[in-house]
Amino acid sequence: MATIDDYVSRVEGTCGAEKDVIVVFKYDKKDEAITNILKKAQVKNKIAGIIFELTFQEFSFRLYTSGKAIFRSIKNRQELNNLLASLLL
Amino acid sequence: MDIQALRQDFPILKRQVNDNPLIYFDNAATTQKPRQVIDAIASFYENSNANVHRAIHTLSLEATDLYENSRQKIAEFINSKDWQEVVFVRGTTEAINLVAYSWGLSNLGKDDEVLVSLMEHHSNIVPWEITSKLKGFKIKYANVNSDGTLDYDDFESKFSKKTKIACLSHVSNVTGIINDVKRITKAAHDNGSLMLVDGAQSVPHLAVDVQDLDIDFLAFSGHKMLGPTGIGVLYGKKDVLQKMVPFQGGGEMIKEVSFNPGSGCSISWNDLPWKFEAGTPDICGAIGLAEAVKYLEALGMDQVLSHEKELTKYAVERLQECNNVVVHGSCDLSKKCGIIPFSVKGLSSHDVALICDNYGIMIRSGYHCAQPLHEQILKLQSSDRASFYIYNTKEEIDRFVEVLKEIGQQ
Repeated sequence: MATIDDYVSRVEGTCGAEKDVIVVFKYDKKDEAITNILKKAQVKNKIAGIIFELTFQEFSFRLYTSGKAIFRSIKNRQELNNLLASLLL
Repeated sequence: MDIQALRQDFPILKRQVNDNPLIYFDNAATTQKPRQVIDAIASFYENSNANVHRAIHTLSLEATDLYENSRQKIAEFINSKDWQEVVFVRGTTEAINLVAYSWGLSNLGKDDEVLVSLMEHHSNIVPWEITSKLKGFKIKYANVNSDGTLDYDDFESKFSKKTKIACLSHVSNVTGIINDVKRITKAAHDNGSLMLVDGAQSVPHLAVDVQDLDIDFLAFSGHKMLGPTGIGVLYGKKDVLQKMVPFQGGGEMIKEVSFNPGSGCSISWNDLPWKFEAGTPDICGAIGLAEAVKYLEALGMDQVLSHEKELTKYAVERLQECNNVVVHGSCDLSKKCGIIPFSVKGLSSHDVALICDNYGIMIRSGYHCAQPLHEQILKLQSSDRASFYIYNTKEEIDRFVEVLKEIGQQ
């Protein structure tokens, strides 16, 4: 059974007052991760063909075709894991 | 400088990132390495690898020669009077920590003050904050003007009879502003204070002459000047270093450890600079750094600075074409190195960095380890930073501006 670790290479907290979280997907799984996320999240905007502005449940985030996503207002790692599980699995 | 020829020395510049040619504008964080440095490191491990100083076999003698010749080379590069004034450390951070702990713990007490500026990198703030908790001394922060330049009058007015040391970055890692450290050093010495300069962003980019500046300490990192990570330098005036106690204990930094069953160990310290180099040093790092210095010397530091100023002037001009971009801090090129802090309206700094990354352009986002400067002076939650070095080109800046314009059109 797949887990979020199958898709996620690294999670980085950003430096700055914003306290965003950047999720880096594994290179060989990034296309699958992007496809899964786009099936579930609502696309609000697509910028330059490389950035998707998305919403899912009460969360808003940006997904990049390079295989990275930036999430805002995430309270803790558990909340992020729950969100990623809902989006990826 | 023939930039296109020079770029051939940097293997990494041939690679693609996210299906785009790599444009590396994060040089204030670390620089790329030329083939000459990579070869010097490989050659050491392939031909001369051994530990330094203590053994008498051929390989150890070769390794020791390479290591100590590297020190000599670096001493000449900063115009140090004596190679014994060059201490190898891991980087700028460790160099400043060495001074804060070794000199600070012995020389600072509850009635003393340390003077730093609000534009400092955390590495020139946190070691003093930690040691102030241990010794009870006060840290005074000198103001920075809203354009990111140092408020010299405020800095000079904050010297008092209690000020034992003043600490200032030569070049800001956020704005690229070049500080007049000679002026502040004179003020420090007139006051009877020592002067520590964070040279992390100056030594790689402009000619730094420690005798001309008359500074007591200079800290800098190898990896920001084409050298490997894990090696850096603390320069200290010999008479100041001689009075300091070691920072760390172990092998290399002692002359004798004689055991007396009644009184325990009696230890005598090694000579300078080895007194401050406990344990096996980063031999290969020092050799790589010396090779980087040779590379920069061959180019000429005046040429390095001139190229960066030309790129910065060009970038600032071209960024003005982008209605969505705000450049922070002074753009006065007479006071500035090749660092441009900026924001894109309506986007967080991290979004901008990720968008650029998508196009193969590497820039930095966040506080750049200078949170007080961002919060107190620039009034920013974070910023983006493009920083240039010898291998960057105007064509790369054109591409960067093109991407920023494209972002603005969305």
